[in-house]
Amino acid sequence: MNISDLTDRFGLLAVGLVAFAAVMLALYGIAELASRRNSNRLVATVFLFPALLFLVVGLVYPAVRTFIMSFYSGDGSKFIGLDNYAWVFSNDSALQTLINTALWVVIVPAVSTALGLVYAVLIDGRRGERVYKALVFLPMGISFVGASIIWKFIYQYKASGKQLGLLNQLLVWAGFDPVNWLNNFPTNNFLLMVVLIWIQVGFATVVLSAALKGVPVDIIEAARIDGANPSEIFWNVTVPSIRSAIIVVAVTVFIATLKLFDIVRAMTGGHHGTDVLAHNMWDQAFRLGNDGRGATMAVLLFALVIPVVIYQVRNIRRQELEAR
Amino acid sequence: MGKTRRLMYLATATSALALAAAACGAPDDEGEGRGEVPDAAQDCANYEDYGSFDGETVTIFGSIRDTEADEMEEAWSFFEECTGITIEYEGSGEFEADMKVRVDGGNAPDIALFPQPGLMANYADSLVPASDEVTALATEGWSQDWLDYGTIDGTFYASPNSGNAKSFIWYSPAFFSDNGYEIPTTWDDLIALSDQIAADGVKPWCAGFESGGATGWPGTDWIEDIVLREDTDLYDQWVEHEIPFNDPQIVAAIEKAGEVVTNDEYMFNGVDTISSTPFQEAGYPILDNECAMYRMASFYGAMWPADTTVAEDGDVFAFRFPESDEADNTMLVGGEFVAAYSDSEATEATRQFLASELYHNARLQTGPWSTAHQGVDPSNATTPINELATEILTDPDVTVRFDGSDLMPGEVGASSFWTGVIQWVDGSKNAQEIADDIENSWPQ
Repeated sequence: MNISDLTDRFGLLAVGLVAFAAVMLALYGIAELASRRNSNRLVATVFLFPALLFLVVGLVYPAVRTFIMSFYSGDGSKFIGLDNYAWVFSNDSALQTLINTALWVVIVPAVSTALGLVYAVLIDGRRGERVYKALVFLPMGISFVGASIIWKFIYQYKASGKQLGLLNQLLVWAGFDPVNWLNNFPTNNFLLMVVLIWIQVGFATVVLSAALKGVPVDIIEAARIDGANPSEIFWNVTVPSIRSAIIVVAVTVFIATLKLFDIVRAMTGGHHGTDVLAHNMWDQAFRLGNDGRGATMAVLLFALVIPVVIYQVRNIRRQELEAR
Repeated sequence: MGKTRRLMYLATATSALALAAAACGAPDDEGEGRGEVPDAAQDCANYEDYGSFDGETVTIFGSIRDTEADEMEEAWSFFEECTGITIEYEGSGEFEADMKVRVDGGNAPDIALFPQPGLMANYADSLVPASDEVTALATEGWSQDWLDYGTIDGTFYASPNSGNAKSFIWYSPAFFSDNGYEIPTTWDDLIALSDQIAADGVKPWCAGFESGGATGWPGTDWIEDIVLREDTDLYDQWVEHEIPFNDPQIVAAIEKAGEVVTNDEYMFNGVDTISSTPFQEAGYPILDNECAMYRMASFYGAMWPADTTVAEDGDVFAFRFPESDEADNTMLVGGEFVAAYSDSEATEATRQFLASELYHNARLQTGPWSTAHQGVDPSNATTPINELATEILTDPDVTVRFDGSDLMPGEVGASSFWTGVIQWVDGSKNAQEIADDIENSWPQ
């Protein structure tokens, strides 16, 4: 790259920055004028306008267009009504994708939250708690694709000769035949879930462990004096006290799971019955060139995420009310 | 604490990176089979006709990467130097997906090297048809069969780049001569030989269809090889979907392939290991005389372990897939097509160069490669297997047909056909059932 290229690019950047500053100043000026007239609504509108503009261009328009595209044929040329949706619910492999997604969003949030909670309780207040926490939190620092490659090595299979995969070598040492883990349906689905759980348990542990520290000691003390045993204390005192933290963790993991793409892409490419919604959406739209079906998958994904978002928003609102 | 944690992060990240790098590292085959641009093609006098384009850039996008891409760039380096055109080549492992994103986004490359003519046809609206000069060069360079695959709706768009011969069976010449086995020329001979080898206590066949996200494709080549040798017209009708995928003749062809592929008496390690054996390693047992034959395209010559001699008098070599009817002379092929999205003069000059004998001869000598360009001398190829492949591909008497799964729509050729083949070798479905499934997945 030569200097003129660089100046071109940075020149453009400078123009962009100046334009941005000018727009901000203009907005501020208009707002200033509006506030002199003492109209709150006008001020709010002026300041909301840029955010709304970005929301419309970046979110509303694509969402509406995707919705419309889902009623068109693969190349977008013919209106075919609900055919794409009929395909999702009648085609074997598309149905398998839906079933897999359902399994993922139930199992992964449940298991990672439960494991994280148990682990957080077990290490709470112990010597070396920070080290334990750091250990389980480490996988969070690895990208999904990196984690997938690590686990692909663990599941690696060779029909004969030396095994590369840890799991199969253990089997061979124990006197069993190696198993082709990633090709064996339906086990392979659960083996892929292990990867995401491995990543998310750390997140669950750290958040829940922090919440545990917030449980007032005097309530637990009181329960103990009243004669509650440890498991009663856990279920009736600890868990209700950190309920909102548990929900936040579960919902966050749920949404991450619904959007899951990387692990499936890197480990099986969606073959051998392991496809999930977000991966199939990409596969249909980009690799197989069927925009209609890809859009349909996107709409389904959107529809599935909405109830969770609504629940979460309500939850936060209720907490705010309680906090007041 | 903060410091230890940071160190731990660093350690984890580094080890993950190292693992990833090890997994993606290309086989290091520097030196072996590498050559240089021939002296004749280094002389700028040869490039005068293309004109002079100071400071112009042509972007080329393809699926070729790593060493192969370096060798390709070397083959056109003198063209760049002498004409002043800068070629910016970009190779992608996700060619189909990236191509769509770039074209839809108005960011198409000047030239794309399409490995699938079927995919190229999807972009016919945005492609620039071949000029008279390119058409003349291509007509001179390739047989009609090849030109047809670069033609969309009667308009010629793209000249071929490389050519791969796919109908090859790999074997160990020493093992064959030690046991008095002869190279079969007909399907019946092939079955007779397989029986003979099996009777001698060696599994005659190896097979492996595992290929990551594309698992199953080696099986589609098996079926295509059989259909092509049943009848060339049948092959064309099948690929064009003029007959349904579950036509009785196609089902019969799948069953015929099954005489070898799904025959436990023949298959090393058993049929149930095929779908999980990586195709890259599936032929290795031939080196230990554990199996006798492995059906895989000419490019498999570069995949043998480093110390293997690939030659007619070496450790391994390949013979042509036998004909069903002895009078036939057919070859299943693959390759890339040079399509253009830009009509600039520099792009046009580059297209002419890529269709020229000059380029194909130079490329043949910069590394292991094969081509169907009639003007090249096959003996210039850097390895014996590429010499054999180029000889066959440039022989006008050979009927060539392009890999069918690359011509079928993506939903079939890059999805349901693969899945079907896997279910077939896994034994969960028979030939009729997979043919029915694939027919149902054909876009209406």
